[in-house]
Amino acid sequence: MFANFDFDVIRRSLGYLFLDGMTFTLTLTALSALGGIIFGTLIALMRLSGFKLLGRIAGLYVDFMRSLPLVLVIFWFYFLVPYVGQWVTGASRPISVGAFTSALVTFIMFEAAYFSEIMRAGIQSISKGQPAAANALGLTYAQTMRYVVLPQAFRNMLPVLLTQTIVLFQDTSLVYVLSMPDFLGAASKVAQRDGRLVEMYLFAAVVYFTVSCAASFAVRRLQARISIVR
Amino acid sequence: MNYNWNWSIFFEPAPGGTGTYFDMLLRGLWLTIQTGVFAWIIALVFGSVIGVLRTLPSKTAYWIGFAYVEFFRNMPLLVQLFLWFFVLPELLPRSWGLWLKQMPHAPFYTAAIGIGLFMSARVAVQLAAGIASLPRGQKQAATALGLTTLQSYRYVLLPIAFRIIMPPLTSEFLNTIKNTAVAITIGLIELTGQARSMQEFSFQVFEAFTAATVMYLLINIIVVTGMRFLERSLAIPGYITGK
Repeated sequence: MFANFDFDVIRRSLGYLFLDGMTFTLTLTALSALGGIIFGTLIALMRLSGFKLLGRIAGLYVDFMRSLPLVLVIFWFYFLVPYVGQWVTGASRPISVGAFTSALVTFIMFEAAYFSEIMRAGIQSISKGQPAAANALGLTYAQTMRYVVLPQAFRNMLPVLLTQTIVLFQDTSLVYVLSMPDFLGAASKVAQRDGRLVEMYLFAAVVYFTVSCAASFAVRRLQARISIVR
Repeated sequence: MNYNWNWSIFFEPAPGGTGTYFDMLLRGLWLTIQTGVFAWIIALVFGSVIGVLRTLPSKTAYWIGFAYVEFFRNMPLLVQLFLWFFVLPELLPRSWGLWLKQMPHAPFYTAAIGIGLFMSARVAVQLAAGIASLPRGQKQAATALGLTTLQSYRYVLLPIAFRIIMPPLTSEFLNTIKNTAVAITIGLIELTGQARSMQEFSFQVFEAFTAATVMYLLINIIVVTGMRFLERSLAIPGYITGK
């Protein structure tokens, strides 16, 4: 079964796979998580703001994004971002956007819907007395959120946010549909060039598995360390 | 935005001589539903078995369940589909591999089984959590009545656990349907795939994707409404989901 395996193809392409592919994947994951959490927190604040209209808009956005497959959203943004860029910059024709930027915008907008649900739960987990006390101390709404509610919400939700980031790390492999050079894309390029599908896809699977397992183990450790005993 | 909108494109004949572009999308929608439902059945069956294994007192059973879930949860779905589609036929004995490769509708079966197994790990986690949420007295009462482990699961624990986890199962079902779009990478021309080929043939990018989006939203609305009805009729009075 493994007799005509060519493990050398993996060794030969290690540099390309990790320096190019994995770097792309990890950069995309980190920036999307960062952007998604910031944007997601804003959406969560909109939903909990008490303004009916703002809440409705944020709710619709979240429901809309969550009912579409990520692959379709990737296609949408791939074609939409150049036109939006044209509209924003006032250029005369759709601007050309790099593959990375397009993917980054997609993942930030898509994951923000999921991160916002996590942050909403986090904000709601803070007891009502805390914002009330902050209010009594004379803090404005922005100050209450900045100094009282959000720091605790982040701390409580950190394990969940990180778990979602692991899911995001796996989801970035879907940029394959736009033939982008992420880790899986790189593996697939080598696989097709050298006709070594079995070796390369097995190797990609092992790498994704190892990274995700190690990351979720680390999250579990972190959760045990930072959880507040109440 | 200087984009030439042309909404009547849906009624123009599609290349291939099999009806209009709208028919093309409908065929995609139908394939999405078929794949989703087939995958969901697999997910429910395997997920239930693994979910039960994770709650049994036996250490071995627990570890089998744990390993299964970790295996399917820690790899991207896309990679799993590639393993089933490209790698598995090569690793099997030659004649079996050939049979797999020549099987008609291979992308459909691969997608349904691959997505089904991927989702079964999630169903297993939900079910194990549902069983764990039951008061310990239920299991003890079943044992005291002389029910075997199999019987207590069959008649006491599972009927309640499944009804408790109805809401999360609804969203897992929706995730299954959404995940069928990943199968575009192994050549399954489901709804997203049909929208993509319509865009390639007609150059009407946004019309094609808008139509697909609307269809996905409709599936969601129908499933959510249907499941809410089911939840209400199956709810146990006194439990979280019951009123």
